[in-house]
Amino acid sequence: MPVEHDLLREADSVLRISEAEAQTPSEVPADDQTMIINMGPQHPSTHGVLRIMLELDGETVVRSKPVIGYLHTGMEKTGETLTYMQGGTNVTRMDYASPLFNELVFSLATETLLGIDEDIPPRAQWIRMLLCELNRISSHLLFQATNGMDIGAVSMMIFGWREREEVLRLLELITGLRMNHNYIRPGGVAADLPDGWRDEVLRVMDLIPPRLDEYDTLLTGQPIWRERLQGVGVITAEEALALGATGPVLRSTGVAWDLRRDMPYLAYDKLDFDVLVGSYGDCFDRYAIRLNEIRESIKLVRQIVDQMPGGDYRIQDRKVTPPPRARIDESMEALIHHFKIFTEGFKVPAGEVYRAVESPRGELGCYMVSDGGGRPYRMHIRGPSFVNLQTLPHMLKGGLIADGVACISSVDPIMGEVDR
Amino acid sequence: MPDSRGQDVRHIARDQLVAEVRRLRDEDGFNVCVDVTAVDYIAFAAPRDLPEDIEPERFEVVVGLLSHSKAQRLRLRVQVPADDMTCPSLFEVHPGAEALERETYDMFGITFEGHPDMTRILMPEEWEGHPLRKDYPVGTIPVQFKGVSDAR
Repeated sequence: MPVEHDLLREADSVLRISEAEAQTPSEVPADDQTMIINMGPQHPSTHGVLRIMLELDGETVVRSKPVIGYLHTGMEKTGETLTYMQGGTNVTRMDYASPLFNELVFSLATETLLGIDEDIPPRAQWIRMLLCELNRISSHLLFQATNGMDIGAVSMMIFGWREREEVLRLLELITGLRMNHNYIRPGGVAADLPDGWRDEVLRVMDLIPPRLDEYDTLLTGQPIWRERLQGVGVITAEEALALGATGPVLRSTGVAWDLRRDMPYLAYDKLDFDVLVGSYGDCFDRYAIRLNEIRESIKLVRQIVDQMPGGDYRIQDRKVTPPPRARIDESMEALIHHFKIFTEGFKVPAGEVYRAVESPRGELGCYMVSDGGGRPYRMHIRGPSFVNLQTLPHMLKGGLIADGVACISSVDPIMGEVDR
Repeated sequence: MPDSRGQDVRHIARDQLVAEVRRLRDEDGFNVCVDVTAVDYIAFAAPRDLPEDIEPERFEVVVGLLSHSKAQRLRLRVQVPADDMTCPSLFEVHPGAEALERETYDMFGITFEGHPDMTRILMPEEWEGHPLRKDYPVGTIPVQFKGVSDAR
């Protein structure tokens, strides 16, 4: 199906001027009716440090351009200086609302390069899925909180944070940390599930659904909420595909594409879940998809808890697996082995791979090149927020500034991942 | 078709890139351009895994394509020589390549011809150098403060 990209170019939604030009507006070739203002980077609704240059005609947005890079810390460059064992601590800080997905995609790419991706024990894979789905719940709850706050439903912020905290406690119980876990590592996970994990997970999974029903009462059916979101920030399926959008932004336009179902990784093909799509591609669809994806993830977590296999939580490959702690005290060889793995790191055969997972924001990819050494030669992360932000000018065009806040929020960008 | 760890890879000459991506989109169903990035191979310690008819160059632009209908990925690799650091832009075929190509330009200095807005995206506009090149050092840059004219 050839796509009419000409439509996108003629729509002329993107304000392609430089920051310097924006600071001296007299040189901007705009007609007298419009003016250019900056929204952000310090703005309560910009989710960190996103700045948007807006060309306004009265209160209507004509063209706009997201200006990013305020959080750029060169994490891809840093990744080239860390061993594969250390790399997880680096990538986990990119998308800080869903750190486990970053670790997962990094580990999958490393394992594919090593050629051990088929040998990862089932328990490790199911633990990874369990944590990722819990993380998806916490990430979408964070979206509900910030989205509510952006639109003006301030009590929603407290509600969303309250439930997210429950999930974060669960992640803390399992991984030891609320965020930036470095728990999913090449070869498996860092530790086995702790005693009592099953009861605790099920307790939280029982606790959240009634709270989601509260959200429905508070927001979904409420006329003010619907007025603010319905028909706002509409993009079509053709536009979303042409702009490379993924995740809830793409699904809101009616394209049923979810890597977990369509290109399964880990053991998602053994689970039963629905891919949620919208019909109008507006802010309300994106809100509703994320809300209901929490319900789908709860379904998935229950299935994973039921089917969690036994066995090892990491691969027993001496090349990548450090020896057990107890062995280090009694065996000189184990001590040397441990020391080598954590100082030099393990060597990865030369080659290049791309692996992708479905993060809460869309396709999170990792392109990794190895030249046979102990550190990645090149480690590139394809952040879904980074690409999804391109849809923003097309959502904003023709809308009011106040709707802009709803649009930014509905893309759910995490600036740590956008800027990396 | 050559593959890398079981993933489909195709090597394309620079001047055929846009036509090939357009053909893949219109005829083979690769409807999404997922990723555009580059690699600087100047310090690569291993032999390059290129087919015989491809001349290895310092830089390589890597384009990731995805087909929804076939649930397949395809990776295109394009050699870019250091003395002519340009590559045709995919913007005409996939408008979503815009930000990714800007990032590649910012990080490697590869200019994408036909791109509507070939400016830096992550680094400050007045930054010198391209950080992800292998000859760009790590951690030796003095912090640049802007606009402090009356420093005490």
